[in-house]
Amino acid sequence: MGDDRHSGLEPGDVAQVAASLAATGYVCDDDLATVVFLALRMQRPLLLEGEPGTGKTALAEALAETLDLPLVRLQCYEGIDATQALYDWDFPRQVLHLRALEATRGDDGVDVEEAEKSLFDPRFLLARPVLAALQQAPAVLLVDEVDRADDEFEAFLLEVLSTYQVSIPELGTVRAAVPPLVVLTSNRTRELHDALKRRCLYHWIDHPGLEREVEIVRSRAPEVSAELARQVVTTVQRLRGDGGLLKPPGVAETLDWAKALSVLGASELDLATAAATVGALVKYREDGDRVKQALDRMMAV
Amino acid sequence: MHQPDELLLGLCRALRAAGVPVTQDRAHGFLAAVAHVGLGDREAVRRAGRATLCASPDDLERLDLVLDAWFDPGGLPRPRPASVPSRPAYSSLPETDLEEGDGEPGEEHVRAAASATEVLRHRDVAALSAAEKRRLDAMFGTLHPTSPLRRAARHRRWHRGQVDAARTLRASMRRLGEPADLAWRRRAVRPRRVVLLVDVSGSMSSYADALLRLAHRFVVAGPTGPGRAEVFTVGTRLTHLTRALAVRDADRALVAAGAVVPDWSGGTRLGESLQVFLDRWGARGLARGAVVVVMSDGWERGDAALLAEQMARLQRLAHRVVWVNPHRGKAGYEPVQAGVRAALPHVDDFLAGHSLATYAELVEVVARA
Repeated sequence: MGDDRHSGLEPGDVAQVAASLAATGYVCDDDLATVVFLALRMQRPLLLEGEPGTGKTALAEALAETLDLPLVRLQCYEGIDATQALYDWDFPRQVLHLRALEATRGDDGVDVEEAEKSLFDPRFLLARPVLAALQQAPAVLLVDEVDRADDEFEAFLLEVLSTYQVSIPELGTVRAAVPPLVVLTSNRTRELHDALKRRCLYHWIDHPGLEREVEIVRSRAPEVSAELARQVVTTVQRLRGDGGLLKPPGVAETLDWAKALSVLGASELDLATAAATVGALVKYREDGDRVKQALDRMMAV
Repeated sequence: MHQPDELLLGLCRALRAAGVPVTQDRAHGFLAAVAHVGLGDREAVRRAGRATLCASPDDLERLDLVLDAWFDPGGLPRPRPASVPSRPAYSSLPETDLEEGDGEPGEEHVRAAASATEVLRHRDVAALSAAEKRRLDAMFGTLHPTSPLRRAARHRRWHRGQVDAARTLRASMRRLGEPADLAWRRRAVRPRRVVLLVDVSGSMSSYADALLRLAHRFVVAGPTGPGRAEVFTVGTRLTHLTRALAVRDADRALVAAGAVVPDWSGGTRLGESLQVFLDRWGARGLARGAVVVVMSDGWERGDAALLAEQMARLQRLAHRVVWVNPHRGKAGYEPVQAGVRAALPHVDDFLAGHSLATYAELVEVVARA
């Protein structure tokens, strides 16, 4: 088995995974490529944790692109429940449908049973992300920021992730023909339940090294000159290493900054433009001041 | 020499001994993953292990250490499985006959017992004898922390308050448009999160046990789910302790906590630990809108300016910051230590924390926050 499931997405080896992700512009290291390879081969959900802005969500997008599958995204939040993740009935349309039946009935009236049956037709079913992913399978299901949801929702996810099926009382059971590739991301605002973690392969995404981050900037923002990309990444990495910032910039912020500089026509980092665009890099007033001071020092050398 | 499975399962056992909770199915997943990546390459095995055996960044560090030690036995000593006590370390039932006494029965004895308990409530926990400490430990069960409440975004049904138009209308539709009773609603409430940061450095060692017992009460007697109290120890490093303390039996929970915390009675770098807490947990939501209780004597060895900055940050994030200082309640105490002076401007409540009575007061303050 295995060959017919995830058809076309059974990778040969780790290098192949890295190469096909790189083709979509997602540059990853061997660690991450191995985990993705294992997730595909073992058909296990992938749990990604790490600093914000290190590319957890982007990985799901890149995977969907490289496997040529639809990406279904479920954004979690406090208080999310099964109806927001699974399905709902389109109540207004059901009422309209009843009205239409009433208006068009002949003298013999409407068959009550028939009318009731027609109410719970798949066309009145609003498929929410999890059901949509099961219906569209093979697909990539991204469960974003799962740490924001409640414990009860985790238990519900656990059930779906172990059976890949959902039962709707009025319609019956929907089972995925092919289990979707599931990517869960967490920012670690709270510890996830162990039962959920055990179902998943775990990976902690760290900030990339200098060479890799330059590579990421070059591949994600080709309009940025090579010289500028290297200067931007060097600066960002030094800022991260200093440890003085309230929120050290992630890769996403590096990209934003490089793009902002390039929009302003900079081909090299200079103090004036850098100071003007610092808002793309850090989001606290104190951090902004610190970055400006650090830039002063770096430029002075 | 070794069968591959034996080698890998041995590694799992060594990891378990090092404190990574490797369950059967995780070990099974590890074997399957290694089968996919091959056993020849140690880095590939490491990656497979990281993906299947680990569940947090701390686990990753431990895995790296254990894996290297496992494959080069010359390097580090192989960890021996720690013996985990399966029974409470000691029984802490209250002693019914308190002192040897004269054995006088009746009311006299009861009154004496009550007053001895009352005295114990106000004694400094650092100055207790072993027997008194055991009795006090049992008395921690009388503390019942309740979580402070916040208003939720949603409404719920209530018997007075605002008119719930939608519900009223739906009830009326159910009666085919006949006017129905009015429905009322009010804002729902949810528990507010409580975060306890317990200083376990050397200067706090005589209070750490009592403070952790208090923290244990917060974890097991408070609400579960999103409002659950979270406990961290600070000292030279930050340790997340909630899971270890979530055992009902206090003595077992403390033994588990002892196994998790690496820096008992070490130095104090409060500012740095606080920064790590805020970077890793606090700013991402744990401290946001929470009641944060810092339990420390403020003997800061690190930079007081850093501590002040981090406390200011904490106060901006949290709903309320409570500082508990064991020395506060003693006669002649002046907040002169650099750490305390740096932190005090950013604290909402400054409480004593040396006796059971003061802990009861803390429980009150937190519940009302």
